[in-house]
Amino acid sequence: MSRALRVHAVGPVALVEDLGRRGLSGVGVGRSGAADRAALRQANRLLANEEGAAAVEVTFGGLEVEVVGEGSWCCVTGAPCPVTVDGREVGSHTVFFAEPGARVRLGAPTAGLRSYLGVRGGVEPDEVLGSRSSDVMSGLGPPPLEVGDVLPVGCPGDRFSDLDTVVVPDLAGDVVLRAVRGPRDGWVADADLLVSTGWAVTERSNRVGMRLGGPALEHARDEQLPSEGAWRGAVQVPPDGEPVLFLADHPVTGGYPVVAVVVDADVDRAAQLRPGDTVRFRWVEAS
Amino acid sequence: MSAAPTLLPYGDRAVLVELGSTQEAVDYAVALRGRDAPVVGEVVPAARTVLVVADEGAALADLRALLADVAPASGGDAAAEQPVVEVPVTYDGEDLADVARLTGLSEREVVAAHTGQEWRVAFGGFAPGFGYLIGQDERLHVPRRGESRTRVPAGAVGLAGEYSGIYPRSSPGGWQLIGRTDVPLWDLDRDPAALLAPGVRVRFVEASQ
Repeated sequence: MSRALRVHAVGPVALVEDLGRRGLSGVGVGRSGAADRAALRQANRLLANEEGAAAVEVTFGGLEVEVVGEGSWCCVTGAPCPVTVDGREVGSHTVFFAEPGARVRLGAPTAGLRSYLGVRGGVEPDEVLGSRSSDVMSGLGPPPLEVGDVLPVGCPGDRFSDLDTVVVPDLAGDVVLRAVRGPRDGWVADADLLVSTGWAVTERSNRVGMRLGGPALEHARDEQLPSEGAWRGAVQVPPDGEPVLFLADHPVTGGYPVVAVVVDADVDRAAQLRPGDTVRFRWVEAS
Repeated sequence: MSAAPTLLPYGDRAVLVELGSTQEAVDYAVALRGRDAPVVGEVVPAARTVLVVADEGAALADLRALLADVAPASGGDAAAEQPVVEVPVTYDGEDLADVARLTGLSEREVVAAHTGQEWRVAFGGFAPGFGYLIGQDERLHVPRRGESRTRVPAGAVGLAGEYSGIYPRSSPGGWQLIGRTDVPLWDLDRDPAALLAPGVRVRFVEASQ
């Protein structure tokens, strides 16, 4: 093995993610992939990787890896966090070189939740159904990283990055997500409640979905909704009235009414919300 | 003739197509896939609907125009070309007596009804490899259990609403369990990994004791 990353610490959870599995919803396999796809893409552009190369999605810092074999160009995107190489601060949202044997460590992010450690060539555990993504809902793909794991790193291509500015996302402050009225907005008594008040991101949130605390969205109908297709960004309302915003590892079908669907570009921002953060919604028309 | 499908909004990347029945949803999904249109990224048929997600870079307006133009053929013809998978079942499920009571049949008649009709995988979902099977015999339509089990073993064969299904792996679930099978439903080393992929015809046979 010429290049690899050996895992020395994982923090709360660290997963390998790319842009996910395509076209398999019909057999119950969802898309999965990076929770913040924009951050993954940014890492890959910085490193001149293929857009969908896999990186390590690090939730709330705490990852430490050792560069094994040849040295590697790396960068950290997504939630801005302290990044050190052998204890020396290098910062996030910049490309740095890690020598063989160097220890790369990500601290807790100052804002946001999920950071991405990209490496030139991409991390390359075996693909499952065309993707290296870890899907926590279906259990497909590489299991969550553990201390002692050795992640193979792919061959760097011969391209160079043509980026000369890097946008550091501003993940502090209150967030407004644009949403389109959902197909079942009439199944709750007052769907506008979603946009007229703020919602608290609860602890019961993960890559499958984010549970939002606030006033209950009361169901207006007694009958059960027949199961229907679900997608990232859908806001589903279970009988308890507490909305759930589906994220990367959402179920393929769901049985509760979808009252709103967050605009695709804003779902990446949603995936950076922390428990305790406040989020608001704003109705927009689907373009 | 069925009514024209209703196109419901589903964000800025998808459209939810509403149809009159599971059969119409299956037919619509088959017809849509047959168009092989590049604007289509993902097709998720379900009980009364087909969720269609635009491919990356495709305009939602183009997807809507395509969806309004899909003309499903009536069911049957396409299905007849699919293979038939035989699934041996031991009919000793915990809810067999309840299903008999709910349907007004004897337990033996439940088994006879389950094995005596051809089922077809209408759609997937719930878990990798899970197929929602529809049959022709309405006598087996039963509600879900009032309370879900926290753990249903892999291979459990169940009924819920108009569907039959087999749990590909151990999971929570609320279906009425009538039996079990050893057939591997999901195998990543097999292509396709799902034994019960949409469109597949299924015949249940009683396993020899």
